[in-house]
This record gives sequence, structure tokens and C-alpha cells, in this order.
Amino acid sequence: MNTLKKFLGLFWMVLGPLTMTFLFIQAIDKVGLTHTDIERTNTILQWAIILFVFLPISLGLMIFGFYAWKGEYENLPESSEEL
Amino acid sequence: MSDNLPKNNIFKVIGASSLGTLIEWYDFYIFGSLAVIIGHQLFPEDAGASALINTLAIFAAGFIVRPFGALVFGRLGDLIGRKYTFLLTLVLMGGSTFFIGLIPSYKSIGYAAPILVLILRLIQGLALGGEYGGAATYVAEHAPKNKRGFFTSWIQTTATLGLFLSLGIIVITKNILGAEKFGDWGWRIPFLLSIVLVVVSIYIRMKMHESPLFSKLKAEGNISKNPIKESFNNKANFKMVLLALFGATMGQGVIWYTGQFYAQSFLENTCKLDFNDSRYILLWGIAFATPFFVVFGAWSDKVGRKWIMLSGMLLGILFYRPIYQIFLDDTDYTKIEQADILSATPAPVTAVLMENSTDSLRTVSTQVRLRNGASFNKVQIDTVSATKGILLGKEIIKDKVLPTPVFWKFVGLIFFQILLVTMVYGPIAAFLVELFPTKIRYTSMSLPYHIGNGVFGGLVPFIATLIASFSGATPLSGLWYPIGIAALSLVIGTIYLSNKRDEKIND
Repeated sequence: MNTLKKFLGLFWMVLGPLTMTFLFIQAIDKVGLTHTDIERTNTILQWAIILFVFLPISLGLMIFGFYAWKGEYENLPESSEEL
Repeated sequence: MSDNLPKNNIFKVIGASSLGTLIEWYDFYIFGSLAVIIGHQLFPEDAGASALINTLAIFAAGFIVRPFGALVFGRLGDLIGRKYTFLLTLVLMGGSTFFIGLIPSYKSIGYAAPILVLILRLIQGLALGGEYGGAATYVAEHAPKNKRGFFTSWIQTTATLGLFLSLGIIVITKNILGAEKFGDWGWRIPFLLSIVLVVVSIYIRMKMHESPLFSKLKAEGNISKNPIKESFNNKANFKMVLLALFGATMGQGVIWYTGQFYAQSFLENTCKLDFNDSRYILLWGIAFATPFFVVFGAWSDKVGRKWIMLSGMLLGILFYRPIYQIFLDDTDYTKIEQADILSATPAPVTAVLMENSTDSLRTVSTQVRLRNGASFNKVQIDTVSATKGILLGKEIIKDKVLPTPVFWKFVGLIFFQILLVTMVYGPIAAFLVELFPTKIRYTSMSLPYHIGNGVFGGLVPFIATLIASFSGATPLSGLWYPIGIAALSLVIGTIYLSNKRDEKIND
């Protein structure tokens, strides 16, 4: 299980930037559709909110992955005294 | 120590904490429950779908700032104590809710209306960010170690009961005033009413004592000097904050907001159910499912928190799409046979001249009743052009009232979704409290809770509605957001979380 935790850490580290790239592409694509019917429901403001919110979270996912890769989650503290 | 606290005292603690938290949730949710009406009030009349999405964005803004409220008020709670901090959050929440009820409409003050509401909504979000962690911590620090899940689960009922109260007051107000007056000015009443509830709650909370664990820490001079730094600069603690977020609260948040908010939005806006029907369905579902918060909270004291929460996520992942497909199929009245129709009563045809044009919009509306007890309003809006004649518009079927068996079937499906909410949400306060030490508990547990619920959960209606508006999307496409997030959280939680309970939280 510890090996799985460790190697999945790499996946979480990659998933963070991948998610952000996906969101950026979606934002550019959808905001660019100014000539279609969905223009009014895909404004710059709405996508800016999504990117602003998920950017630090994806950074957090990368850090989580880094800790997992380093084996920080192999033995979880059994009491808050250990923190 | 809390283990020796008399039983009637612990219920006083739970009662006083829960009432205030319930009122804060009520304040927070009336906005979401009235999104369609508020959208019409805050934005230009021709804004259409964007008015709803912009209103949902303002609604979501309140969720997005919750983590910041968690940091600000969590820090205060760890520095000056739990009691005074959540008194402050209650005043901020009640005040801003009251003022939202006083904001003039777009017609009176233009775009100042949505801007002012946005500011008040941000204050609401900050206040809620500080409230919940305080109440959960306060109750947990009074509870005996083998009943922490049971006692904190009462706090967990407040979010759902706050939603129940908001829906109930909205339905009652609308039924008393009628749809027209309610849409015009009656929607303000649930907001204004908040001030009465808050005054009562402040009075009760003023009589509460400080948490015994915090008082002990303070007497010993051991309170944290900088809770934010200790929470997030200490790697051992920060890694647990991340684990709590990605392995538990993220998935819990989307399950909560899909079952109780997206479901209502879907029934009203996608299935086009009648205003009252969609709310009655949710009210019944909540009423039947709410006791299960306590059931799962108490059960988690015996079997651990992890697997109960993760089972709720798994069931959501598996059943959301089939459930919402049933919602769509059972409200599809486009293929009605003539023999099924009991009566069709046309309303007087109306025509409105379009702005800057000689053309006008003609509305033809028919109230249809079916033999099985269902009814709906069939509306067709055509353009009457001076040069091109009549251009037929799209027919819309709305205000659907379900036949009784289908109504109860929907109640059952909503009940099931809220049952999943009780599985993920019932044990989570105890789970979070046990993860962090007393001196930085308020700050440390509040942040993952409010990112999980405020950001991942609170954005469910907004993002799911946005996804469903993409070209090529189906009405069920929006569900991929909560399903994807819950699946990610399920995998992380299964692999990384421990099922062991920390019995000693007075450290």
C-alpha cells in the first residue's frame, strides 16, 4: 500500500497542472464563442472566477502529491499530539 | 473534563450552538433558493439565462470567500476563544442578510443592485466561514470521547435544517402573497425575517460559556500565538490539512450540494417543475432523511468515520446519472397522446411590442390537465412581423405539476440523495476535530472544510449549469463535475485516510 501511495503521488503532482491547462483551454475556447448563442453564459468574469479559485487548489494537489511521493503519508499520526 | 459534563448541560451546549448555526445556514441558503427571482430583480429583463448564471455566480461568490472567513475567524477563535468569535460571525451574517432584503432592484439603481448584493454576499460567506468550525469545535470539545460523532452530528443537521427552514419560509410566504406579489417584493420577507432569528440566537449564545479545553489551554498560557502560521507552516499539520481536503471534504462537499441544491435547481430549471412542487419534494426528502445525520454520526463512533463517508461518495458516483435520467424521463410531456388529456384551457393571448421595432411578441398559453393528475402550462411565444407575418417560436412546457405516484417517487429519489449527504456529512465534524490539536483546531479544520464545501460544493450549481449550457452538452452533462470530484476524493480517501479515531483531543 505504501508503494501505491508513493507512486500515486506522482500522478497527483501531474494532475494539478493538467487540470489547470484543461481549464485554461476551456476558458479560451468558451469565451471565444462570442458569435454563438452561448456567448452570454460564458463570460470572461465567470471563467476568471473558476480559474482564480482552482489555481491555488491545483497547487495544493501538487504539494499533496509531492508529500505522498516523499512518503509523508506512509505512517499517519495516530494522535494529534504527534502533529 | 468534558467526559464528566452533566447530560443536560451537553444538550444545552448542542442546542445553543446548533440554533445559531442553523440560522446562519438559513441566511446563507435563502439566496440560493430564490436565485431565479433574485436574478430577475438584479439584472436587465432581457438578460435571460445569463441572469440566472450571474445570480448563481454571486451565490457562488459567497461560497468562494468561505475559506478566507475560515482563516480570519479561525485565527480569532484560536486566539480569543470560540464563544466570542461565533457571536461575531452571527451578527455579520444576520446584518448582511437583512440588508440584502432592502437592496433596490436593477430597475431603480441599475448595476449598483448586483454590486451591493455581491458585497453583502461576500460578508455572508466570510461570516459562515468562521461560524461552522467554531460550532463544531465547541461541541466536540464538550463531548465525551466515545460520543463525539453522535454529539457533533447534531451540528451537522443544521445545514440541512437551515435549507429546510429557508424553503419552508419561502413556500409559506409565496402561498400567502401569491406568485405576482412574491416576485415583485415578497421575496424580500425571508431576508428581513432573519434579523428576528439572529436576535434570538445572540441572546441564547450570550449565555454560553467558553469551551472547557480552550479555557484550560488559556489558563495554562498555552494558546497559539499565531494559529495560521502553526497550521500551515508546520509540515506535519499542513499535510493533514491537504489530506482532509482531498480525501474527505472535497468529495463530501459535492455530494452535499448535488443532493440538496443541484437537485432543486435541476427540477426547477431543467425539468421545469412547478415552483411549489420542486420545493415540496425537497422539503419531504429533507424531513425523512435528516435523522440519519445522527444515525451515521453515532455509528461512526463505533465503526470509524472513514468507510461511512467514502460509501456515501461511492453511491453518489454510481447513482447520480440514473436518478437524474429518471427526473428527465418522468417530466417529459412532449409525447402526450390526445387521449391522455383531460382538459386544455387557453389563456387570453397577449402581445407586447418589441423595443426599437415594429414587430411584436405574441404569447399563446394553454393550461393542460392530464387524466393521471398531472398538469402543465404550454407556452408558445411567436414573433408577429409587419413584413414577414407570423414567425412561430419554440413551444415551452413549464410549471409542471406531477401526478401523486411520480411526486412520491421523486421524494424517494431526493431522500436517497440526502441519505448520501447524511453518510458523508454526519461523521465529518468529528473526523476533522480529531485530526488537529486544540490550540490550532479552529483554524486547521475550518480551512479544508470550507474549501471542500464552499468551493468544490458551492460551485456545483454554477459549474454544472455552465457545463450543461455548452454546445453539444446534454441536460445530464453537468453531473460529470460532482461525479468526477467525488471519484477523485474517493480514491484519495480510500488509499490515504486512516479509519482510526483519535480518542484524545484535549492536546
